Amino acid sequence: MAKMNMLHAINSALDITMAEHPQACIFGEDVGYFGGVFRATSGLQEKYGQHRVFNTPLTEQGIMGFANGLAAFGAPALAEIQFADYIFPAFDQIVNESAKFRYRSGNEFNVGNLTIRTPYGGGIAGGLYHSQSPEAYFAHTPGLKIVVPRNPYQAKGLLRAAIKDDNPVIFFEPKRLYRASTGEVPEEDYSIELGKAEVVTEGTDVTLLAWGAQMEIIEDAAKRASEQGISCEVIDLRSILPWDMETIAKSVTKTGRLIVSHEAPITNGFGAEIVATIQQECFLHLESPILRVCGLDTPYPLALEKEYVPDALKVLAAIKQSVEF
Amino acid sequence: MSNPNNVSLNISHDLEFIDGHALNIPTLSILNEDGDIHHGATAPDIDESTALRLYETMRFIRALDERMQAAQRQGRVSFYMQCLGEEAAVTASAAALDQDDMIMAQYREQAALHYRGFTLDQFMNQMFSNERDLGKGRQMPIHYGSAALNYMTISSPLGTQIPQATGYAYGQKIKHIDPQTGELNSAIDNITICYFGEGAASEGDFHAGLNMAAVHKSPVIFFARNNGYAISTPADEQFKGDGIASRGVGYGIKTIRVDGADALAVYAATKKARDIATTTGEPVLIESIAYRLGAHSTSDDPSGYRSKDEEANYQACPIERFRKWLVKQNWLNEEEDVKAKETIREDILAALKRAEVIAKPPLEELVSDVYDTPIPSLQRQYEQLKNHIKQHPDAYPVTAGRIK
Ligand SMILES: Cc1ncc(C[n+]2csc(CCOP(=O)(O)OP(=O)(O)O)c2C)c(N)n1
Ligand SMILES: [Mg+2]
Repeated sequence: MAKMNMLHAINSALDITMAEHPQACIFGEDVGYFGGVFRATSGLQEKYGQHRVFNTPLTEQGIMGFANGLAAFGAPALAEIQFADYIFPAFDQIVNESAKFRYRSGNEFNVGNLTIRTPYGGGIAGGLYHSQSPEAYFAHTPGLKIVVPRNPYQAKGLLRAAIKDDNPVIFFEPKRLYRASTGEVPEEDYSIELGKAEVVTEGTDVTLLAWGAQMEIIEDAAKRASEQGISCEVIDLRSILPWDMETIAKSVTKTGRLIVSHEAPITNGFGAEIVATIQQECFLHLESPILRVCGLDTPYPLALEKEYVPDALKVLAAIKQSVEF
Repeated sequence: MSNPNNVSLNISHDLEFIDGHALNIPTLSILNEDGDIHHGATAPDIDESTALRLYETMRFIRALDERMQAAQRQGRVSFYMQCLGEEAAVTASAAALDQDDMIMAQYREQAALHYRGFTLDQFMNQMFSNERDLGKGRQMPIHYGSAALNYMTISSPLGTQIPQATGYAYGQKIKHIDPQTGELNSAIDNITICYFGEGAASEGDFHAGLNMAAVHKSPVIFFARNNGYAISTPADEQFKGDGIASRGVGYGIKTIRVDGADALAVYAATKKARDIATTTGEPVLIESIAYRLGAHSTSDDPSGYRSKDEEANYQACPIERFRKWLVKQNWLNEEEDVKAKETIREDILAALKRAEVIAKPPLEELVSDVYDTPIPSLQRQYEQLKNHIKQHPDAYPVTAGRIK
């Protein structure tokens, strides 16, 4: 074990992959010698050569088209999109190509070797275009897997699993936590199974569900709630697609209450899918309406970021509303 | 370049703009309409068996195109696309490749696929989306693909295969790169050819794919089929530059324009392009000029957007031109050729009748291959659907009888 921040943990997962596969390539804007704008790929070009770790021209659709081709060839394609806000020029390559490669060819071809890494989320004074959480757009696309880690240990294990998984995976990295979140991380290889949520804290009164950077917020809210005598069960969804309905349903069957929280705008956010499914699965066990604490239906703001974000206080208010219903 | 801006710095004191059409791009032409080699042109080195395979492929594809166009009119298939006029461009370029080179096509390149060995029944099974279609009946007619034949499955969104070809070819190159120097340590054994229309070349993916191929040195042959039209939009409403070829120079890519109705010119250019790609690892752009003699697809009628006069002007048949040359080489027996055409037509009709009665894919193919294995939510949806169909078998006759 070593103390690592999330960037070190991600770098370690990439390093293991590059050592494992002689044809694995890391590419994206500024990921080469410089090591990426957040330095997630630091030192990898020196170690594995310019032909395997390289800067691309400034074209997200090109990066993803290239990645699809390289993955279809059979090489692990580790593509970085510099900010999730800039993934949209590549939307067609991801949604119409990566996601449908296997299905449309009857499994003659596939891009299971593809992993897309991209920093997402707010909290860094990034305004409209350095703060978005676009997971819901992709969750509407059969064929993709979507993963979001909450801390360094999770980041390394989930990233390794995403890379080894034989399907295209988008790996959203909570950039606010890149350096802020540190913890003990094994230096050796390990994986955390995709598609499984984790019960982080057990509780009895209300289930709180989030993923990525929002986990910190709901854990904070849970702590404040416990001071007021409310016991929260805190769950990290970890995988958005596929998502672990069973673990959530089991928890809600026990607590009778659910609050889902994400930073993305509330309307059609992934929380909507969870709420619709859980009310169907747990209808007779529900003690109160399921609530969502999310971003407003606005572009991500700058000066009024504090007002916009679903912070711990807003989650706490929802907890009380749910328990007192 | 040795300066930070990566440009040639030819300082000038004259305020002068370079004309948008400064390049005067020649078009390679080797074979004339009578099947003779042009004066001053050199015929490529092509052996008899390759030349005959090339011809037989074009002959077959012309017959298939005619039959399937008619089959669509009869309502037997939903959709079809002919390649009339472009047979030589596609077949001769495929003939200049290695069998293991990857082909990433747009959709009008059925001749390249047949050249590789895709059988008549395989064509039919795809068009009738029956259970023997390699694509499991999921895509509209003519979206062929075959891993065994290194022919990437066609995707409807235009241009997407262009940057993919860059990535695929990069993968083909990696094992030939010396990790110490970053240079090639051996000739590349297999490369990728990427076909696309002059219309698709307006997509952003075209720019991204060519630029990345040049920057990262991917061994791709970009083969632009400039056939004058994108559905109804003529090329002069598509771009103002000198064809697609002029763009190659902008990306720093070796480029050639060829007469696409001239099988020998296409063959010669593609052979040379392959040599460049395998030995330097760099991309090449070929722009082929061949008029789209037929409609865009069975869904349009060209009389609505181009004149009979124009069509009459470009009627020259690339297959006939090459046939004349073969006869002059004494490689083709004309009597046997006529007989073969008759047999092909009969074979096609028989195959069509076979394919149309083969069952559609079973229900499980609705949910397979979305992922390597179905995810839990999809499994639940599938069970639900099966139960529903079992309760209403008459409403779902294609699958109801076969549900396990
Ligand atoms: C992204 C996208 N936009 C539009 C279409 C609809 N479409 C299909 S073919 C076509 C014209 C393509 O023309 P061109 O690239 O010149 O190829 P050609 O048909 O002439 O062989 C269009 C607009 C599509 N398939 N994909
Ligand atoms: Mg065209």
